Amino acid sequence: MPEAGWGAVHVVVMLLMPLLLAAGLVWAERRLLALWQDRYGPNRVGPFGLLQVLADAVKLLFKEDWIPPRADGATFVAAPAIIVTCVLAGFAVIPLAPGFVVIDLNVGLLFLLATSSLAVYSVALAGWSSGSKYSLLGGLRAAAQMLGYEVFMGISLMGVVMMAGSFNISRIVEAQQGLWYVGPQFVGFLVFFVAGLAETRRLPFDLPEADSELVAGYHTEYSGMKFGLFFIGEYMGITLMSSLITLLYFGGWLGPWLPPVLWFFIKTFIFIGLFILIRASLPRVRYDQLMGLGWKIMLPLGLVNLMVTAAVLLAKG
Amino acid sequence: MNVAFYIAGGVAVVSTFMVITRAHAIHALLYLVVSFLSLALVFYVLGAPFVAALQVIIYAGAIMVLFLFAVMLLNLGREARAQEREWLRLRAWIGPSILAAVLLAELVYLAAGGGAGAAGLPAPASIIVGPKEVGASLFGTYLLGVELASILLLAGLVGAHRLTREEE
Repeated sequence: MPEAGWGAVHVVVMLLMPLLLAAGLVWAERRLLALWQDRYGPNRVGPFGLLQVLADAVKLLFKEDWIPPRADGATFVAAPAIIVTCVLAGFAVIPLAPGFVVIDLNVGLLFLLATSSLAVYSVALAGWSSGSKYSLLGGLRAAAQMLGYEVFMGISLMGVVMMAGSFNISRIVEAQQGLWYVGPQFVGFLVFFVAGLAETRRLPFDLPEADSELVAGYHTEYSGMKFGLFFIGEYMGITLMSSLITLLYFGGWLGPWLPPVLWFFIKTFIFIGLFILIRASLPRVRYDQLMGLGWKIMLPLGLVNLMVTAAVLLAKG
Repeated sequence: MNVAFYIAGGVAVVSTFMVITRAHAIHALLYLVVSFLSLALVFYVLGAPFVAALQVIIYAGAIMVLFLFAVMLLNLGREARAQEREWLRLRAWIGPSILAAVLLAELVYLAAGGGAGAAGLPAPASIIVGPKEVGASLFGTYLLGVELASILLLAGLVGAHRLTREEE
């Protein structure tokens, strides 16, 4: 197949894969949560309850698409689109296998950080434009939380960038031939994982939604498919984070016997499972604890990791 | 390449114009974000991908979110918008328009090939300014500026800490 043909295939795969995975994850998460909490979960519609997702999607599509009269119309509609666009754009630089990537950008990692920093607008604007106090509180929390955790997310990634000597994600994976970066960059991995949890607004860091205090936080006023977009955006965010952890710290597609793409998906699914397991087992932290953890523990830890990595690399020459 | 440059530049100009003319603070902020994004694209087309990424991460993704955060807390209502419209009357445009016209005339003169500066400019995307070059110039040529900026930020940090400290 000619070059342009393969490019088109990559684009279609990278558009469909996150969407289908997100739909599958809705079901997988509910089943896994049920398993870990000793109950059944959705098991009525279709085999193993697999068609539950379809039923939910139909329900969301047919719900009344309501915009509150006090809401800021245009911004209210744009907010859910922003998160889906940003996350999908992020997938453009994710390589599934050697050469299987939409754009092999030289500053790929920075591109990912840029898209994830733009995703903040979605939740902040959703909270503000709804014209409701619960939404506004959720939006404010989301803005402060994601802004704070983005800082050391970037810093924790710099250790990997220094070791590989490149911002190009494919090159970072190839640099892990001998040793996965989770070994030498274990602290960086921990910091990045915590930041990833906060960036995707997952338990124990789901303060912007916090259903026990803020109804549903920033998406309280959303209904129908607009709510559905936030929902899908969250699951695609988890997929993106998991594939990033796989690529940067666990050797991406590298592995014996099996084809590279399979290795990539196996590792990614393990981390998606870990995200769900954490949701099933940890309670929500308090807001001041969340900010304290970010600025007082994670940021210094990330900086120390950066300095030690730089010193070791310099000493080795 | 050139077409992308002119489209991005055009979007930047139009969105910046909208920033000034919007009476609604949050809508103005959103236009400013669009303006920054198109500016990032301009950087990218000119062969500076690293600077383009930083433009999005720092300006569009961090500083503007802080602005948004502050404006969201202010809860500006209809009165604020009316006042803003009041300020944007035709008379207020005279001074800035004259100043901008002078700059525009200068730009047109330079772009038309007048002056020595234009000839020496590198053609778009003839050199790629990567992370290494940006880092080297920040911690080499412009080290003093970077250090001064960091001291300024430190002073701001200390001030913020003092302001928010709980009184014993």
